[in-house]
Amino acid sequence: MTQYAILLYTPAPADFADLPVEEQEAHMRHEADVEALGGRIVKGYALHSSSTATSVRGDTVTDGPFIEAKEVIAGFYILEARDLDHALEISKLNPATWRGGVEIRPLLG
Amino acid sequence: MNDANTADARRAVADAHRDQWALVLAATARVTRDLDLAEECVQEAYAQALVGWARDGIPDNPAAWLVTTARRRALDANRREQALRAKLPLLAMPDEAGGASFEPGDDIPDDRLRLMFTCCHPALAPDARVALTLRLICGVGTGDIARAFLVSEATMAARLTRAKKKIATARIPFRIPSHKELPERLDTVLSAIHLLYTTGHTAPSGDRLLHAELLDQAVHLCRTLHVLMPDEPEVSGLLALLLLTDARRATRADAQGRLLRLADQDRTRWDRTAIAEGRELVLGGMRWGHPGRYLLQAAIAALHAEAASYDDVDWPQIVTLYDALQQVWPSPVVELNRAVALAMATDADTGLREVAALERDPRLARYHYLPAIKADLLRRLGRYDEAATACRAALEMAENVVEREYLAARLAELAGAGEQRGNPP
Repeated sequence: MTQYAILLYTPAPADFADLPVEEQEAHMRHEADVEALGGRIVKGYALHSSSTATSVRGDTVTDGPFIEAKEVIAGFYILEARDLDHALEISKLNPATWRGGVEIRPLLG
Repeated sequence: MNDANTADARRAVADAHRDQWALVLAATARVTRDLDLAEECVQEAYAQALVGWARDGIPDNPAAWLVTTARRRALDANRREQALRAKLPLLAMPDEAGGASFEPGDDIPDDRLRLMFTCCHPALAPDARVALTLRLICGVGTGDIARAFLVSEATMAARLTRAKKKIATARIPFRIPSHKELPERLDTVLSAIHLLYTTGHTAPSGDRLLHAELLDQAVHLCRTLHVLMPDEPEVSGLLALLLLTDARRATRADAQGRLLRLADQDRTRWDRTAIAEGRELVLGGMRWGHPGRYLLQAAIAALHAEAASYDDVDWPQIVTLYDALQQVWPSPVVELNRAVALAMATDADTGLREVAALERDPRLARYHYLPAIKADLLRRLGRYDEAATACRAALEMAENVVEREYLAARLAELAGAGEQRGNPP
């Protein structure tokens, strides 16, 4: 098994309170979907809205996410999957893909 | 070692390089589970064959000899660098037990399909897929690939390294996709082969011989895929499309290298064997029903290839096929080609109206074939001044030297006709 970081992107500011109810419910069910497909969520976190983010570049501190974009990180989790195809199969079911998307990054350590 | 042996060995190694490279590499990758190491070991095995076969004679089964040699080198390297390699991510194999214990008498497993699907994985950039396919499946050198795609060798080497690193690190698996994924995944393999062919067919500039090699590689690759997947209609379709297009290779330009329109090509010089094979594939593929993009394009190419002259082409049938193509593969380029066929099936005015509607499509704003087609239709209607304007617009956008020369020649004819009036060039 390989571990991947799954980074969830949704439209800014990615406030959980703005999430449509059916999408919230789908997120709650996602772990069961992952397990049904033979994968495992090692650990996962949802984040507060990106309007609460603070960024530091060099010695400059700014209000807001590191990169200003239409979509921002809403959460992330560590997924254990057989290979990239397996991780892709699982990620296609991720509710974040409905209005935004996910990025799959192999975990270095 | 005498000269005859050396010459025979060279020829045998060259044949094995052309025909067996992918088989040998895929079988070696199964043991190394590392594409870089596999590539290195296979290269060394071919180098060793040059010497060994001249000295000891050509083996009965050259591929088996090459696999055995490459695998032995791989196992040696693995032993030598075990500590180092233990830390590196390995190629994701579905049946992890298989492979590592290789007996020289074993049949070589045919892993070429796995290799193709790995090289053309959608998680890789499209240009990287084509480059990897050329390097790992066709065995083309990095320098030649770089020249074909008009980038420096260092750039191409970096692109290949990055792609191979992603395969290992992200664990793109070395396997044939499941039935459910197959249509989408097969499409990326077919697109890569098609892109390989079109790069050779209308390369923006550069070495003609090299482009001929790309065309040969694309046809060879598609033929291999067809042998491995004989029941996939789109594989038949792409092979047919390549064969039918390639049948006209010798007549695409005149003796001076100037581009010839389909209407002006010498049809007696088209490759009849390739056309017959392409036709058979189209007919066979159509029997499955629901033809896809490549099969429909091949069917159109077949109608062109069969006609005794440009005017004898079954244009109404071609319009129907373009309609079907538009359904499965919507694209403004398809609509534009349909307009050309429609102009032939009906009249230039009707075609021109369709082209005028497409002029508003922003996706065709930099597509030089649109004004070129418009110029031709206007010329047929005797509207030479407007034709010259359209031709000038096409010339401004075209980049390929041969195509630019063609357009410049048409423009000169139109200027002449504009002055004389009523004497269509």
